[in-house]
Amino acid sequence: MSQAGTEIIRVSGHAGSVPGAGLNREFQVCKLIDTTTCIGCKACEVACLEWNGYPFTQTTFDNSYQTMPDTAWNYWNLIRFDEYEHPDHGLMLLMRKDQCMHCEEPGCLEACPADGAIVQYANGIIDFQQEHCIGCGYCMTGCPFNIPKFSPTARKVFKCTLCNDRVSVGLEPACIKACPTGCLHFGTKPEMKELAETRAAQLRDVSGFSNAGVYDPSGVGGTHVIYVLHDATRTEAYGGLPANPRIPWTVQVWKKPLKWLGNFAIIGGLLGVFIHYLRFGPKIIEGDDEKPAPTPSASQQPGEGGKK
Amino acid sequence: MSDGQILPSGRVLRYAFHERLIHWVAALSYLYLLLTGLAFWSPWLFWLAVVVGGGTVARELHPWFGLVFVTAVVLMFRMWGAQMHETAVDKQWWDAIPHYIRNEDEQVPTAGRFNGGQKLLFWGFFWGGILLLLSGLVLWFPNWIPWNLRYLRDVAVIVHASAALITIGLFIIHVYMGTAMERGAFGSVIRGDVSANWAKRYHGIWYKQIAGDPNVRK
Repeated sequence: MSQAGTEIIRVSGHAGSVPGAGLNREFQVCKLIDTTTCIGCKACEVACLEWNGYPFTQTTFDNSYQTMPDTAWNYWNLIRFDEYEHPDHGLMLLMRKDQCMHCEEPGCLEACPADGAIVQYANGIIDFQQEHCIGCGYCMTGCPFNIPKFSPTARKVFKCTLCNDRVSVGLEPACIKACPTGCLHFGTKPEMKELAETRAAQLRDVSGFSNAGVYDPSGVGGTHVIYVLHDATRTEAYGGLPANPRIPWTVQVWKKPLKWLGNFAIIGGLLGVFIHYLRFGPKIIEGDDEKPAPTPSASQQPGEGGKK
Repeated sequence: MSDGQILPSGRVLRYAFHERLIHWVAALSYLYLLLTGLAFWSPWLFWLAVVVGGGTVARELHPWFGLVFVTAVVLMFRMWGAQMHETAVDKQWWDAIPHYIRNEDEQVPTAGRFNGGQKLLFWGFFWGGILLLLSGLVLWFPNWIPWNLRYLRDVAVIVHASAALITIGLFIIHVYMGTAMERGAFGSVIRGDVSANWAKRYHGIWYKQIAGDPNVRK
């Protein structure tokens, strides 16, 4: 929800050009989340609520350190907590800060039919513009990460903005600001990618996590939120982080081939009946074109009168 | 049954009042669904949603109009379903479809109350309506679909669009034939009656039935 209109490079449900097309000066931003140094303190959850002005809600205790089962329309940032029995490392307490991943190829934006309701900025942030949102929820279908959440009262969909309002004035996101362990970093995508790879190599070479790696899934074109994981081959263990997220294939078929096939068929149908009329004209019964027999009783039939 | 009757004027009552009413409930609700649905279908047509009250209003009302439309379709099924089974004459009618298209109607077998094309339209809208209803219910409440059942949403978006496209194709042909192509057809669904010649030409089996010819009744 920012005013940085000229830096918009992609707009949902939009016909015609976009204001930031071809813009090349903006840094691609990135949030790095090192799950191996997260202690699950939830300072980022609190900072997110504080900055975005949402009230604290009742937490759910389910024999877990997790605040609630899922993110919510007014709770965009949730540390997912899992006790995981790893074959090599024994019991692991996995903590993953879950929020919008800010995909380079965003399924939410792809699926959205409302002009301007979802935008992609040149710096990579995906932002919902609720004043243009029609509340259809197609973004929820397009998202492979279960992030957009519907507000039953506003009848609009909300999600993490990557603190676009802070980033656009040169501040780091609120969650980054609050993190006490330094497991959260914010910078340009190349910087963060390099830092993440360095950390993953350290985990592999020094700490014995031979499968440590960086999560920057290519199925959605890469993301502007990346993870360092102890074991990048077991992403699902981290609160259901999908191993290879993609926009659902039905959404892709619907928005690309089916759309063009459908448009072609509709226009073809309209042209077809028009040309048919030009070529063959109407079917007319000779001397009988809807005119009633000229009998006096014709206009007196109950319910069926008034013909011409 | 509302099969029609021959009026004292000699014209033929083709659709009774309740048939015409239900037809137009379906037609007008479908028109609203079409305009708003096309708005959601393509960014190039999003202005259609603006014309009918804005995208948010369109999203709110589209499902309700959908319920009205499906209700009308169900009533049509109750009225006409029994008359919509394909007969041998319909197969002959389809075989003669090139003649029908070229307006060589004397080479087209005369039909019962509904010809093969009308039966296709009816079943297309009936099954299309069912698919649109089922997928539409999912799309109405996407936030009620739990994450582990998300395939329902995935399937719904493509089923809804595909079924809608099929009905749009039928709709274009239906409206063209009912208004421009076949003189007399529009009157039958507005005022209810057609000329006797019209009835004999296109629906001769039906005409003989309501005229009381005992040789024709099955």
